[in-house]
Amino acid sequence: MFKFFLVKLSQLVPTFIGVTIVAFSFIRLLPGDPILLMAGERGISAERYAQLKSQMGFDRSLVVQYFDFLKGLLHGDLGNSLVTHAPVMNEFLSRFPATLELSLFALTFAVIIGLPAGVLAAVKRGKTLDHSIMGISLTGYSMPIFWWGLLLIMLFSSTLGWTPVSGRISFLYFIEPVTGFMTIDSLLAGDWGAFLSSLHHLILPGIVLGTIPLAVIARQTRSSMLEVLGEDYVRSARAKGLSNFRVIMVHTLRNALISVVTVIGLQVGLLLAGAILTETIFSWPGIGKWMIDAISRRDYPSVQGGLVLIAFIVMIVNLLVDLAYGVINPRIRH
Amino acid sequence: MTAISTPAAPGTLRYQLASFWSDFSASRGALVGLIFIIFILLVALFAPWVAPHDPAMQDRSALLIPPVWHAEGSWSYLLGTDAVGRDVLSRLIYGARYSLSISAMVVVISMGVGIFLGLLAGYFRGWVETVITRVMDVVLAFPSLLLALGLVAILSPGLTSAMIAIAMVQLPYFVRLTRAAVIGEKDREYVIASRLSGAGHLRLMFNTLLPNCMAPLIVQATLSFSTAILDIAALGFLGMGVQPPTPEWGAMLANAREFMGSAYWAVTFPGLIILLTVLMINLMGDGLRDALDPKMKRS
Repeated sequence: MFKFFLVKLSQLVPTFIGVTIVAFSFIRLLPGDPILLMAGERGISAERYAQLKSQMGFDRSLVVQYFDFLKGLLHGDLGNSLVTHAPVMNEFLSRFPATLELSLFALTFAVIIGLPAGVLAAVKRGKTLDHSIMGISLTGYSMPIFWWGLLLIMLFSSTLGWTPVSGRISFLYFIEPVTGFMTIDSLLAGDWGAFLSSLHHLILPGIVLGTIPLAVIARQTRSSMLEVLGEDYVRSARAKGLSNFRVIMVHTLRNALISVVTVIGLQVGLLLAGAILTETIFSWPGIGKWMIDAISRRDYPSVQGGLVLIAFIVMIVNLLVDLAYGVINPRIRH
Repeated sequence: MTAISTPAAPGTLRYQLASFWSDFSASRGALVGLIFIIFILLVALFAPWVAPHDPAMQDRSALLIPPVWHAEGSWSYLLGTDAVGRDVLSRLIYGARYSLSISAMVVVISMGVGIFLGLLAGYFRGWVETVITRVMDVVLAFPSLLLALGLVAILSPGLTSAMIAIAMVQLPYFVRLTRAAVIGEKDREYVIASRLSGAGHLRLMFNTLLPNCMAPLIVQATLSFSTAILDIAALGFLGMGVQPPTPEWGAMLANAREFMGSAYWAVTFPGLIILLTVLMINLMGDGLRDALDPKMKRS
């Protein structure tokens, strides 16, 4: 198992180096002089230009610049934001819990609904229920989530007034961040009102972000359930006279879960991509919205740092999924 | 002998097409998808004749008119007008041209380049394969929309850069599929026979191997097509894709967003048409997969 881990980890190294090269090239590939771009329309004096150029290392060779960038990266130094002048790393870390909380909520929602839906569809294969579940999940899979978000806001926030339109918690509450998870922090503070308010704020964006993963999970659960239902050991279990419920829940679902777990893990990249749109629609102060703002404000160090960190997270999660898969299904270790 | 339609002999192209069609048309969803796609393609093609108005024409006397079924609706604007008095229906019809043609270009670019790189990787193996797969791994390490946004920022927002960015993001899937298919086919007898009879690398790659690797690629192409429509609309929605006043579906949504409370139609219909188009392509893709790729058949 340890060897399997080392092999997987060593495969990541070239990819990670590639990611750093992409992010490094990003600022240098932008059309025009990056310093003039950063200076904006106000312009810049010749001395200040030279000063900035040497400060940012643009006067040295590309190779030296790249290794400087790599060295900074290994020390957790990604430069400073052009807008707030705060270190990019801090900016990222202060927003990441918001995205993580939203993503976990969305994933939980997707699993709680998607898994039983997939099982039901497989058990009722070919029946109306199967067709309806699969039809709905294909619709969810095809959903432009930015529109889905607007639609839900129009219905539940504007028309019915049930849910808030934006943000993580009502302005009435101020919760000291401990974990960065608004729900957990409000519980830690012992403030039930704040907890309910933060939950209330999570519902719509969570549903929106969870829609596509839900569809993917339902489809995958159904197809792997059907695969396992055709196996000999399921037939044996039935022949032994076990109840239908037991055959499905114990003998089939447990084995079908192997591929479902992998698919759930692979949703993380999708969640981060979806977070960009969801956070923009709901003004959710996470990294997705932060990246969009950075791109539109031309805050290049933030974009560069954000690209590296997000790619890094996706890679680590995929590695963990691989490992989990190796643990559940020993056959692939070799 | 009178010419009666005889079933084609197995192995002929006609037989293959007939067998493909019978598998494909067995799924009602796939047929509905196909009919819808043909319909919307025709609408896009004949937009100037079908659309009731010029998509850019602003009727200052008809701002935010609701759809025809409302009391205040008007028969001359069936789906209502937007905030500057443009006909929503006409803009949707013209928008189909942008969404469909950009997405088609995305598929052509990413499929063309992807097949080429995948063939190289699967055929030559060794360092060529290592380099190509590593680069694709890097592309896959970024969430697709984020990478597309970054690329658009470099290339400056617009139609062409959105197209290139999304094609780039779709590329790895074609490379991986082609590579895997080529590796699976490479040592089969017909390939060895062709090599022994003196076929060169190019001939082996493009004439011998490629046609036998196409089934999964065609299925992936439909998937890519629907993803491209969603991504183009997402970029348009974020203001990084096709720029206003072009009637692109995502950009229309972004424009209508601020009137969400007062004019639901300007928000609802562009999204609905995106959803319908993507859904129908996916339905068709499911049918194609069942017909073309027995291995991936829904059990």
